[in-house]
Amino acid sequence: MQLRDSAEETAFRDEVRAWLAHNLPDDLRGRRGGAARFEEWGREWSRKLGEAGYAALTWPREYGGGGAPYSHQAILLEELAKSQAPGHIGVIGLGMAGPTIIVHGTDEQKSRYLPKILSAEEIWCQGFSEPGAGSDLASVRTRAELSDGRYVVNGQKVWSSYAHLADWCILVTLSDPDAPRYQGLTYLLVDMHAPGVEVRPLTQITGEAEFNEIFFADVEVPVENVIGEPGQGWQVAMTTLMHERAALGFALSGAFEVAVRKLLELAGSRDLDDRLRDRIAETWIELQALKWTNYRALTRLMETGAPGPEASVPKLHWSEANQRLGKLALELLGPEAQVTDGDGYWQWLQLRSRGNTIEAGTSEILRNIVAERVLGLPKGR
Amino acid sequence: MHFAFTPDQEALRTEARRWLDERYPPERVAELADSETGWDPASWAELAELGWLGVSVAEDEGGAGLGFLEEAVLFEELGRALYPGPYFSTVALALPLLGAEERAAVAAGATRWSAQVDGLVSDLAIVDRVLAAGGPVAADGESVETMDATRRLGRLATSAGDAAIDRPRVRAALALEAVGIAQRALDWGVQHAKERQQFGKAIGVYQAVSHSLVDAFMATELSRSLAYWAAWCVAEDDEQAPTAAAAAKAYAAEAAVSACERSIQVHGGIGFTWEHPLHRYYKRAQWIQAFDGFPARQRAEIAAALVGSK
Repeated sequence: MQLRDSAEETAFRDEVRAWLAHNLPDDLRGRRGGAARFEEWGREWSRKLGEAGYAALTWPREYGGGGAPYSHQAILLEELAKSQAPGHIGVIGLGMAGPTIIVHGTDEQKSRYLPKILSAEEIWCQGFSEPGAGSDLASVRTRAELSDGRYVVNGQKVWSSYAHLADWCILVTLSDPDAPRYQGLTYLLVDMHAPGVEVRPLTQITGEAEFNEIFFADVEVPVENVIGEPGQGWQVAMTTLMHERAALGFALSGAFEVAVRKLLELAGSRDLDDRLRDRIAETWIELQALKWTNYRALTRLMETGAPGPEASVPKLHWSEANQRLGKLALELLGPEAQVTDGDGYWQWLQLRSRGNTIEAGTSEILRNIVAERVLGLPKGR
Repeated sequence: MHFAFTPDQEALRTEARRWLDERYPPERVAELADSETGWDPASWAELAELGWLGVSVAEDEGGAGLGFLEEAVLFEELGRALYPGPYFSTVALALPLLGAEERAAVAAGATRWSAQVDGLVSDLAIVDRVLAAGGPVAADGESVETMDATRRLGRLATSAGDAAIDRPRVRAALALEAVGIAQRALDWGVQHAKERQQFGKAIGVYQAVSHSLVDAFMATELSRSLAYWAAWCVAEDDEQAPTAAAAAKAYAAEAAVSACERSIQVHGGIGFTWEHPLHRYYKRAQWIQAFDGFPARQRAEIAAALVGSK
C-alpha cells in the first residue's frame, strides 16, 4: 500500500499543475456546470484541453488520446478539481460515444469521429431513453428500416442531454421487430443536422434546458454508420453504459471535491450550530469515502484489468451525497437560500442534484444491478 | 499510488481467517460469551505462537518487526470472527505506549494489558496490567455488566485518570474491526435472502429486502476504504492520521451498527433470537460506536479542523 504519488506520478501532477497555472484563466475557476458551459468559453477551454492531450488521457495514442494509465486520469481530475477548472464540454462524446467507437468501431469510424470529439469540434448526444423505454432499454420502439442500402429512422427519444447543441447522436434503434428480445436492436451514429431530425428542448427544474426530446421522421442513415453488427445493438449499448458508469468515479469525486471546498468557504462566513457542524463534517467524510473507494477500485482495475465489487459504489453514493450537500448549503445560506444573486451556484446545484439519482441509471436500477451481480441475489424479473 | 494490501499481507489474512473460522466459529464464540469469564485463556498462548501479539514489536524484542498494516489485517479478521479476548485492549490500547521490556512480554504472550478510557477499562477482568494517567497499575477493580459479553468493561479500584492513548491508532483499529463485523452481518443477510422462501420465491427478489442489503454493502465498502486509508496514515505516521482515523471510526461504527440492524430485519424473527449469532455482532458494533465517544464526537473534531473551533 502506497498512498503517496510515485516519482512518475509526481512528475505528471507537476506537469498538470504547471499547465493549469499557465492556461486556466481566473474567471473560469469555479464556474458551475449545466448549460452555461456551452457558451463560448466552454468550447475554447475544451479545445485547449484537447490540444494538451488532457481530453482523453487514457484513450490509445493512435486515436488522439494520451495513452496514459488510469492513474494519470485520476491525477488530472484531482488537479482540475483543486483548481476549480471546468470540465471538457464533450461529456457524451468522451465518456460514451468515443469509448464505444474505440471498442466496436471500424478504423474508418475511429479516424472520422474520434479527433473531433477531443477537439470539441463535434458535440455528441445519446439517443437511448424513449417515452416507453427508460430503465427497460431493450423495449425501445424507434425503428430503423433497411431500404435501398440505407437505414430510414422513425421514432422519438427523450431525456437526451445536449441534443440541442449536438452534431451527432449515438442511437439505439429497433431494426428487427420479429427478433427475440435483445437481438433486434441496431446501434447507429446519426447526423443531428440531417433532414427529418427535430430537437425540442425540455426545460428542467433548474430552468435550464440541458436535455431534449428528439424526433426522427424518415431520417436517412448510411449503413456505414452502424456500430458493431446490425442486431447487436444491445451488446454495443451495454459497452456504452459500462463506460458511462466506470469512467465516472473520479469525475464525480472531483466535482464533489469542488463543491465541498465551496461549502467550507461558505461555512466560514456563517454562524454554525453543532448540528450544522456535524453535517459539514459528515459531508467531508463522505467525500473521503468516495475518493478512497475510487482509489481502491483504480488499483484493482490496474492490477486485474477488471473492476471489483467496490466499483459499483461511487455513482450511487455520490448522487445521494451530492443531494445532501445541496440541502446543507441552502441551510447554511439560511433565509437567503431563496436569493439567487450572482450565478446562483448553490440553488442550481441543489435543484440539479435531484437529477443525479435518475440519470445514468436510476438509483433503483443500480441497486438492482448491485443486488444481482455483486451480492448474487436472485433476479426479480 | 497503490491502494491494496501486499500479497504477504493478503496471505496473513487468509491464514487468520482459516484459523479463526476453525477455532472460533459462531457456536464457540456463543459458548464463551455465555461463560463466566467470556473467553478462553488458552487462546492467548496460541496467538503468541501465531505471532499475532508481536506483529508490530521489533524482531530483537521477540516480535515480527512488521507494522500497523499487518495488524490492520488482523483487527479486521478478529472483528469478523468476534474473537473474545483482550487483543484490542493489549495491542491497540496499550502496546504502543509500552517500553521495550514490556513489549517483549506482550509478544511472548506473558502479559495482557488494557488502558482506561473515559473512566472505563476494557477487558479489565482478564488482563494483568492497566495503563492510566500516571502510568501502569495493577488490573484491580470491578467488572460492570455490559451489553457486549465478548468484550466486557470494568472500573479500576483506584481513581486514576485516563491513559494518553494513541488515539488515531485505536480509532483505526476499531474502524477495521467494525468493517469485519459489518461484512459478516451483510454476508449472513445475503445468505438468508437467497435461501428463505416466501410466496414461492427467495425473499432476495423483493426490492425492499435486496435494496436494504445493497445499502449495507455500500456502507461497508465505503467504511473499508476509510479504514484502510486510516490504517495507512497510522502506519506511515502521516499528518492526516488524526482526521482519517476520526472519520473512519465515526463512519465504520455507524455502518456496522446499521449493517447488523438491516441483517436482523432481513432475518425476520430468527434474527431477533438469542440463538442466532447476529445479536453479538450488533452488540459489538454498538460497543465500538460508544467507545471513545459516539460518532458525533469524532465529527466535532473534524469540524474543528475544517471550519475552526467554536
